[in-house]
Amino acid sequence: MLSCKEVNRLCSEEQDRKLSLTERINLRMHLAICKACTNFRDQMRFLRSATRRYREGQRGPAED
Amino acid sequence: MNDAAVGRIDWNDPSIAKIRRDMLRFAQLQLRDAGAAEDMVQEALFSAMKYEASFAGRSALKTWMFSILRNKIVDHIRKSSREIAGADLVAGSAEDGDDFDALFDERGHWNPEDRPPTWADPESSLSQQQFWEVFDACLDRLPPKTSRVFMMREFLDLDTDEICAELGISTSNCWVILHRARAGLRMCLDRDWFGQEDAPC
Ligand SMILES: [Zn+2]
Repeated sequence: MLSCKEVNRLCSEEQDRKLSLTERINLRMHLAICKACTNFRDQMRFLRSATRRYREGQRGPAED
Repeated sequence: MNDAAVGRIDWNDPSIAKIRRDMLRFAQLQLRDAGAAEDMVQEALFSAMKYEASFAGRSALKTWMFSILRNKIVDHIRKSSREIAGADLVAGSAEDGDDFDALFDERGHWNPEDRPPTWADPESSLSQQQFWEVFDACLDRLPPKTSRVFMMREFLDLDTDEICAELGISTSNCWVILHRARAGLRMCLDRDWFGQEDAPC
């Protein structure tokens, strides 16, 4: 079983590289029982959607 | 010749000046060099005017102009990135390396007080001006070199192979730096934005 610390690393790295099958299975098993890491992962994904908005200049209230 | 098809964009419209200001801020953030940022924005505006006809209107005008700017900045970085010493970058990021280890116990589990709480409806924050002010402040708080790698990855959309080649660092080092950047931003947003949600208004 992966530790939360290792899961944290994978939750960031999955945004930069394709995880191996083993990594994906281990990640899924951990997330199934760990709410804190599930939140962490959701928040990593949220950061990605925020930076996407940012780089398109679409910060703040919709303008157009 | 159909003149009506030309000049669909009114470059003197005040909305263009506002987009220009936002572009400048974005470029300054990426380049940390006011002169170079000004040049990039100017070049991007010239390109936009020149290739106006290729603006299909499928995306917002601002999105289109930002994508031109982003390409200009990427070109600029590709030409000049050797100026950033890779060794310097690695050394710099090692200094603040242990911050996140402190969130976990010796078995690698979260300390109870450091567990990430659930954020209520984070998507709705994206349309709030104050959220972006906090976001900027949190970005600013990242160590400069960490933030540089993060912005190359997230704002300029370069992949990690290219970033590590440009900066002369290893791919795994790049992943470590990105992880640190994201974890730092997450903590900062949690503390300064999402943590405030329960406060009475
Ligand atoms: Zn966990």
